[in-house]
Amino acid sequence: MILVLLILIPFLGGIVTWILAGRDVRWSRWISLAALVIDLIGAIYLAFIAWSSSGMWLADIQLEWMPQLGISFHLAVDGLSLVLVFLTLFLGIISVACSWTEIQENVGFFHFLLMTVLSGILGVFLAFDLILFYFFWELMLVPMYFLIGIWGHENRIYAAIKFFIFTQAGGLLMLFAMLGLYFVNGGSTGTYTFDYFRLLENPVTGPISFWLMLGFFAAFAVKLPAVPFHTWLPDAHTEAPTAGSVILAGLLLKTGGYGLLRFILPLFPEAAASFAPVAMTMGLVGILYGAILAFAQTDLKRLVAYTSVSHLGFVLLGVFACNQWALQGAVVQMVAHGLSTGALFVLVGALQERIHSRDMSHMGGLWTSVPRMGGAVLFFALASLGLPGLGNFVGEFLILVGVYQANPLYTIPAVFGLVFAAVYSLWLVQKAFFGQSNERWQLPDLSLRETAMAASMIVGLVWLGLHPQPLLNVTRPAVEAIQASEEASRDASQQVPFEIKSANVPTVLESGNR
Amino acid sequence: MNLFDLFMLLPFLILSAAAVLLMLIVAFRRSHIISAAIAGSGLAVSLMAVVAVSHSIPRQVTPLFLVDGFALYYMGLIFAAGLAVAVLAHGYFQEYAEPEEEFYVLLLLGCLGAAVLACSSHFASFFLGLEILSISLYALVAYKRLTRDGVEAGLKYLVLTATADAFLLFGMALVFAQTGIMNFTALREIGTEAPQILLLAGAGLIFVGIGFKLGVVPFHMWVADVYQGAPAPVTAFLATVSKGAVFALLFRYFAQADIQDGSAAFWMFSAVSVASMFTGNILALLQKNVKRILAYSSIAHLGYLLIAFLAAKESAFLAIGFYLTAYFVTTLGAFGVVSVLSTSENEAGEIEQYQGLVWRRPLVAAFFTAMLLSLAGIPLTAGFLGKFYVMAAGVGSALWLLVTVLVINSVIGLFYYLRIVAAMYVQPVTRTLDFDVPKPLHAGSGIVFAVLAAALIWLGTYPGPLIKLLQATFPVF
Repeated sequence: MILVLLILIPFLGGIVTWILAGRDVRWSRWISLAALVIDLIGAIYLAFIAWSSSGMWLADIQLEWMPQLGISFHLAVDGLSLVLVFLTLFLGIISVACSWTEIQENVGFFHFLLMTVLSGILGVFLAFDLILFYFFWELMLVPMYFLIGIWGHENRIYAAIKFFIFTQAGGLLMLFAMLGLYFVNGGSTGTYTFDYFRLLENPVTGPISFWLMLGFFAAFAVKLPAVPFHTWLPDAHTEAPTAGSVILAGLLLKTGGYGLLRFILPLFPEAAASFAPVAMTMGLVGILYGAILAFAQTDLKRLVAYTSVSHLGFVLLGVFACNQWALQGAVVQMVAHGLSTGALFVLVGALQERIHSRDMSHMGGLWTSVPRMGGAVLFFALASLGLPGLGNFVGEFLILVGVYQANPLYTIPAVFGLVFAAVYSLWLVQKAFFGQSNERWQLPDLSLRETAMAASMIVGLVWLGLHPQPLLNVTRPAVEAIQASEEASRDASQQVPFEIKSANVPTVLESGNR
Repeated sequence: MNLFDLFMLLPFLILSAAAVLLMLIVAFRRSHIISAAIAGSGLAVSLMAVVAVSHSIPRQVTPLFLVDGFALYYMGLIFAAGLAVAVLAHGYFQEYAEPEEEFYVLLLLGCLGAAVLACSSHFASFFLGLEILSISLYALVAYKRLTRDGVEAGLKYLVLTATADAFLLFGMALVFAQTGIMNFTALREIGTEAPQILLLAGAGLIFVGIGFKLGVVPFHMWVADVYQGAPAPVTAFLATVSKGAVFALLFRYFAQADIQDGSAAFWMFSAVSVASMFTGNILALLQKNVKRILAYSSIAHLGYLLIAFLAAKESAFLAIGFYLTAYFVTTLGAFGVVSVLSTSENEAGEIEQYQGLVWRRPLVAAFFTAMLLSLAGIPLTAGFLGKFYVMAAGVGSALWLLVTVLVINSVIGLFYYLRIVAAMYVQPVTRTLDFDVPKPLHAGSGIVFAVLAAALIWLGTYPGPLIKLLQATFPVF
């Protein structure tokens, strides 16, 4: 029940804010904040369960929905989902806070959409029925389209439609693959179901599994984004209002990574293994191409957007290296990227509110005027270049170690990604905050609210960088299960195919019935 | 034929009686609201009669009609849609300078013809139903007889439909000449023998006639012009009742023939489906008029439906039933919005008239957004589950190519649906245009919108009851 509440509270809070916004817009901001804090308390309760029990599944609820088709309303949470739920709620609070002064028109509707996106994202992380997953997948898309299209910057309509069409195209291919999986699996077992755990019992094999896997991969690769499918991202991130950019970069991209971990590897272990070289190459291209393009930007927001392409390339690389190190690294990288890039978007948004421009060639010498902001940007830029002691370093390091074990050849170019990251991060700080000042800036420095936001994210990154063990512990069972299914298929490919089916099932089933 | 047979035809009798009564009343006293009320209550009582009759199905009433669950389901759908159109028309014609009462007589007759189609099991009743429907539609499309667009649309529809009917009759004649049979059930038994060339030609010509009515490619030329020229409530009627009834008949007539994978008929339907999807969507991209966009999108939607039509029988039946229901709700809603924003002098067609709608009329805009998202097949709306069922039926019968084309086309479709949505949410620049001053929302239309919105969400989130109902109405062949 707590899982249903977790998804429902933001949505209901959104409706309440919309209604009350007619009376006074301040209500909508405070109520949104309150709803998210209540949700956070629920998530902390789940974390308490995680801490006190050793099982893999912390909560589970299954209700009948469309029984004729084998579709149920099935939510569950394990360590991996829980971590991403925390990230969602934290960045949700940040995005409400960063719109505090930026959004002045139709405030109620804005917060309603914002909270609906958050509900959709929470649903994606908690859904364990494929069709339910697809529902939430789309639910986060529609309000996001309006957030960009109504409150965005100059070229917002173009960016919003591009974003919608790219993700929807990927999503439809995924739906196609889900149906294929449904019929293939139903044909071989006799029970037609969309339930994740039931589908997990009989991984699809043979050539058809490769095509089905590609369908899922299309959706996740667009969201992640992997390189040939990334062109929606710079536009959407740049044109979105600050809160939209934070949610896009911090959360929506993570749903892609989550999907890879949750669906592609366990459901199609064989196909994923054979596809790994291609996917890892795409990851590498993303790392380098994103970094090079980031360096070439003059628009501050666009620059940060391209760094996301580069950082998420590491996630793709790590997921398909598919060993304990790399998978754990990918999870840490997702969380750390959510914090560091989210923070950069918040600060860029705050800067844009002050100077009404994102063009770096107009900036320079801002440090003397806004030292606190400069310091914060410097910190997050250092985090994003992978300074040891901060979260991104842990993630990237683990991924690189894992990839080295899988195939050292991929590690060498990936390391260059770190070098490029240093170049563009320092370039950003140098161009915007140091150097010659064209104008005599007289700007207000970070307000208390903005300082608090930056400080909370700094604390998060330092904690991840210095003491990532709690996070690793929470996600370990989930990651081990993913890896186990992959290894089982690798062993089984040498044995009689008959035994694959029983190899990885018991652990999942036992824990699934909690 | 005995009294019980007459009882089985109760919905027809009520509808005919209502039409006659309305005609008589109009002769004595002209009143817009009374006419609309009689038409509305006639349709509502017929709807109840459908429920009453449903306890004693299936039953063959004379060789002409087969009253079974399938027929009753589509009759119910037709009457409900007719009711919605009657209410919308009352709002639409409020300031109409010419007499508006005859509109409702024609509407009742149109519903009667559509209902006859839904339960016909014989060429004679098939043709009769189609003609009753068509003749009332000629007049309905050209109802605004003093405007150029109305007359043009009416004439176009008349000429093209008459041509199509000629094809249809010729096809029926060929089939009859070969077999001496006009009954669908008897024809099925013939159909299992070796195909004879006249029979095949006859079936092909019949499909040409049906294809015109459905507006699938290559028989789609009339769709956009007629949709644009007809009054908005009539467009809603044309898009839902007329097409739905003809599709129900198509299913009953051809599904029994059991189209084999790889047969000539299979390839013909596949080709029509693919061509409809691409043509409809690509031409919709080029339009600037909302009514034309919706017209071309309806061509594409019929293409999607044909995929389900080609799938295995039971899943096809479910998919078609669900898709058509969702399509009825969504299309009525979309044209309902056009109708509410139009006055009888000024059709709200151009996309500029929708610019910034959300800031002028937030509820109508939100409703239209929901309908457009449903047409685009976004989850939580009926349109998504409709598309989902069609895809499921297609994948289940391994129609990979057709489903792939559907996926590609859904993406193309997003462009123009989102263009309308984006226009509605643009911040208003100037507020000087005359359509900026909204007339108050017609109360009846408001209720229709509320019902449609509820149906849209209900079908999109909890389709279990409808699926159960559809499963119970699997047709008797």
